Amino acid sequence: MAGATTTFRTKVVAPRRATAESPWIKGTLISILLLFFGFFLILPLYVVFHEAFSKGAGVFFKTFQDRATAHAIWLTLLTAAIAVPLNTVFGVAAAWALTRFQFRGRSLLISLIDLPLWVSPVIGGLIYVLVFGRQGWFGPWLFEHDIKIIFALPGIVLATTFVTFPFVARGLIPLMQAQGHKEEEAAMTLGANGWQIFWRVTVPKIKWGLLYGIILCNARAMGEFGAVSVVSGHIRNKTNTMPLHIEILYNEYQFAAAFAVASVLCVLALVTLIIKTYAEWQAERQLRAAAESVE
Amino acid sequence: MAGKRHILPGFKLTLGYTILYLSIIVLIPFSGLLLKTFAGGWEHFFKTITEPRVVASYYVSFGISLAAALVNGFFGVIAAWVLARYEFPGRKILDAIVDLPFALPTAVAGIALTTIYARNGMIGSLLEPYGIKVAYTQLGIFVALTFIGLPFVVRTVQPVIQDLSVDVEEAAATLGANRWQTFTRVIFPALLPSILTGITLAYGRAVGEFGSVVFISGNLPFKTEITPLLIITKLEQYDYTGAAALGFVMLVASLFILLISNGLQAWDNKRKGIA
Repeated sequence: MAGATTTFRTKVVAPRRATAESPWIKGTLISILLLFFGFFLILPLYVVFHEAFSKGAGVFFKTFQDRATAHAIWLTLLTAAIAVPLNTVFGVAAAWALTRFQFRGRSLLISLIDLPLWVSPVIGGLIYVLVFGRQGWFGPWLFEHDIKIIFALPGIVLATTFVTFPFVARGLIPLMQAQGHKEEEAAMTLGANGWQIFWRVTVPKIKWGLLYGIILCNARAMGEFGAVSVVSGHIRNKTNTMPLHIEILYNEYQFAAAFAVASVLCVLALVTLIIKTYAEWQAERQLRAAAESVE
Repeated sequence: MAGKRHILPGFKLTLGYTILYLSIIVLIPFSGLLLKTFAGGWEHFFKTITEPRVVASYYVSFGISLAAALVNGFFGVIAAWVLARYEFPGRKILDAIVDLPFALPTAVAGIALTTIYARNGMIGSLLEPYGIKVAYTQLGIFVALTFIGLPFVVRTVQPVIQDLSVDVEEAAATLGANRWQTFTRVIFPALLPSILTGITLAYGRAVGEFGSVVFISGNLPFKTEITPLLIITKLEQYDYTGAAALGFVMLVASLFILLISNGLQAWDNKRKGIA
């Protein structure tokens, strides 16, 4: 049934005249869209690259030879390299538990997983300061043992992990829910063990949804500002990530340098959108194939 | 359904890991926030959250967020409609770029918008002769919050438009309804729950937004200071209980918005069930 409606829908892209607007209204609506997107989406993109090269390519490339900039890029990559795999393992585990089994408290668990998306990123930083900061729960103990979490790498990783927490799980749960688990059960009756089922049956089924979640998780991890800003302490060459470094350069009126770093994150965002669009398209295709095979 | 609860392996492992990881990253730190909020007693808590400067920041955060979410509601429906129904060159690119505010780091959006709307900026310089200032005013906060909330209404309404059956519109047309009547009486009511959900999501995101706002707002106390910024100010003054109290207020507000959004979705599902 579901398969039939989707294939039918794709054929009705151009509705018949009685259900179409007059060309005049159509033109107006398209123009409004173009204006709205032009002002709010395309102009900001253009400005980033325009400003990045406003002082010439020399200044642009010199920005990246600066030690503080290089360190900020390294720290951003390192943070994402820790936070993204952590949240990926969690996302897969959570999606498996939530879509393969029925248990009490399931919807509460889904809401709790979503929580980091709903609260201000500043709160994402605040909670760790309250737990690990000098006046926090473990503050005195950590100070005695000379362990630094806040204003150091662990704090930055924790805050980043918090704000990117739900992305992989959210990408997988609807997909795995819709796909069901008939194939996994078939594999089990054929004698496959849990890991074999997961790697050989589930992973190929969910790979596009998984990629979709990971790419969004990564984009947010590399670009997070609010949460990291609270826990970082803004120490140059030590705890400055790329977004924080942009803020410093901008506040020092080094606009071309600030936008040069920003343009790198902009390219990352655009690449993310391209991969996301492609992964979404592939995931939909997989889902449609699954829906048809059920019939 | 209930009979085949635990056919597949890995229930204990995955659920156990999910709960453990959730506790470490989210639940335990949040309980830290709750404890710290009331560590100074109720009186201190109420005094902190009702300071005039704090109350002014609520008006800025919650008020401007609402304006931005409503504007996104209006333009978002048009955008969703155009992207779902019309074919024109560049449609696929525009469709992909809707999610830019999700993917673009907020600090990048912040400095880009500030540069555009500053007095000597591309749009700022056009508005300057008319005495309209955007950057470093509440209007600037509105622009930033509209930017970051843009994808929500489009992405919640677009799939609903795609799933609308054209049959119903044809039926309305054969019964003599003109296009406007079909829209207001048939299409719009079907879209309304998703529009309201999208607006709520955009509002929830805007209320907590920090990165894009701090650059364009100018952060003047009583005028353009948002509540998340005050949390940071309190932390910088080592007023942890004060910061926790404001964090608690923001958290409760976010949960309230989440509740509304869940209610709207339940309403939508119920209506679909009846139809």
